[in-house]
Amino acid sequence: MITLRARLAQALDYVWGGWGAAASLLLLVALWEAGHAAYGTLVLPSPRETFAALWRMTLDGRVWPAVVETSRNALVGFLGGVVVGGALGALAGLSDMMRRLLAPIATLMLGIPAIAWVVLSLLWFGGSGLAVVFTVLVTSAPIVFASAAEGVRSLDGALRRMARAFRVPRRVLVWDVYLPHMLSYLFPAVATALALSWKIAVMTELLSGAGGIGDGLATARVQVDTVKAMAWILVVVALLLAIEYLLLEPLRRRLLTWRRELPGAEARDMPGI
Amino acid sequence: MTPAPDSTAATSSPGLVVEAVSHAFGPEPVLTEVSFALPAGKVGCLIGPSGCGKSTLLAMIGGLSRPDQGRIVHAFVRPAFAFQDPCLLPWRDARQNIAFGLKALPMGRTERDARAERLLGIVGLSEDDGDKFPHELSGGMRQRVALARALAIDPDLVLLDEPFSALDVGLRRQMQALVQRLIDARGLTTVLVTHDLAEAVRMADRIVVLSPRPARVAALHDIAVPHAARDDGFVHAEVGRLLADPATARALAVEPEASR
Repeated sequence: MITLRARLAQALDYVWGGWGAAASLLLLVALWEAGHAAYGTLVLPSPRETFAALWRMTLDGRVWPAVVETSRNALVGFLGGVVVGGALGALAGLSDMMRRLLAPIATLMLGIPAIAWVVLSLLWFGGSGLAVVFTVLVTSAPIVFASAAEGVRSLDGALRRMARAFRVPRRVLVWDVYLPHMLSYLFPAVATALALSWKIAVMTELLSGAGGIGDGLATARVQVDTVKAMAWILVVVALLLAIEYLLLEPLRRRLLTWRRELPGAEARDMPGI
Repeated sequence: MTPAPDSTAATSSPGLVVEAVSHAFGPEPVLTEVSFALPAGKVGCLIGPSGCGKSTLLAMIGGLSRPDQGRIVHAFVRPAFAFQDPCLLPWRDARQNIAFGLKALPMGRTERDARAERLLGIVGLSEDDGDKFPHELSGGMRQRVALARALAIDPDLVLLDEPFSALDVGLRRQMQALVQRLIDARGLTTVLVTHDLAEAVRMADRIVVLSPRPARVAALHDIAVPHAARDDGFVHAEVGRLLADPATARALAVEPEASR
């Protein structure tokens, strides 16, 4: 049984591991500073100016609402994409005919550049948040589709038979057998789609002027304000890092401890009885 | 679900009766008129060449499927299975795997955990093993977990589908002895599917020899010697004696004189 103490140690380990990441990020900031020294503020504002601008924008109350708006649009679109892609993928996994019908469409959708969807959604929905949601949805759904199909297809018949032999209720079957299996297949795709959804959302906002971080970037561009543009980019990057390291990575570790791929798992394998 | 009958109830029940069971998968017959009986508290062995329908019959005895014709009568309410592949959930550790079957019973989490913990010890696994995931366990340990999972639900009928055949010889003997001890201690009615006559002779009170597909009962053998008294010499001699029976030898595709 995993004790509280062991969990705490794990969490500390994880945070401590952040030093490496911090070092590499600081190296990047140093390069950024060097670039600023070489080319001047108009091309590349210094990190200090940028952070100062970001701080001013935050105090003006412009950053937080933009973050909320972009995140809301991205999340709604992403969840829609997971539901649509997951459901169609599950159908394709269950029936060979559906797979033959849907798989080429998914491949085709995957091939359409995101920017094309942005243009279409602007034509269809105008400069509203709906355009953002739609673009994110159609770009993330095909990513989830393929792995959902594979997950359902590979559901182990033997495990299902075992669960039936023990006469476990449907709830247990879904929770202990189907869901963990599906998660292990879906998780990588869902993680990719989640990270992508923020980038797509910002791009759509930039072109549609629908508000959010993208709108801020568009304004900075019009004003030829490189400092502000850099500050907005920082906001996006900070959001992506937060999603990756505060949400996805811990989830990844938690969900996939049972997988062989985890470092250290091999070493604990024991021969004999 | 009705409460588990205790072992005395199981011994007084009439046991298991398979009556003229026939079954087909599509146009292909698998079982033809298979009949045998097994008194409660005894170990029965279904033996036959691979693909002869032993597992199908076992699934029917466990209530997982119904025969096309004939019937299977028994008063057992809680059958437990162990398969050749341990069929453990890869995303649950050994302890949770043992507790899996208990989720079908009206039982709180604390009691479930306590039972899983107890079974872990009974099948000879350590506390640490309980934390391990299936891929971290050896083949023999995985089979122990599967066995513990079957026994955890306090079954009155144990159905074993070649649970030892994927193990190497030494391990197989160890597991046979363990299973024997556990079912003897509980007086459990057990049906074991195997294609290994020595295993059948070692463990069974009654051996049902099935012919190749479509299976019919080729021979029935009872072994009265108590399990504990069956040493290697006895097993060897008994296998020879059984194979001297032409019907048995034919069913198992061994020439009568070629005793193993």
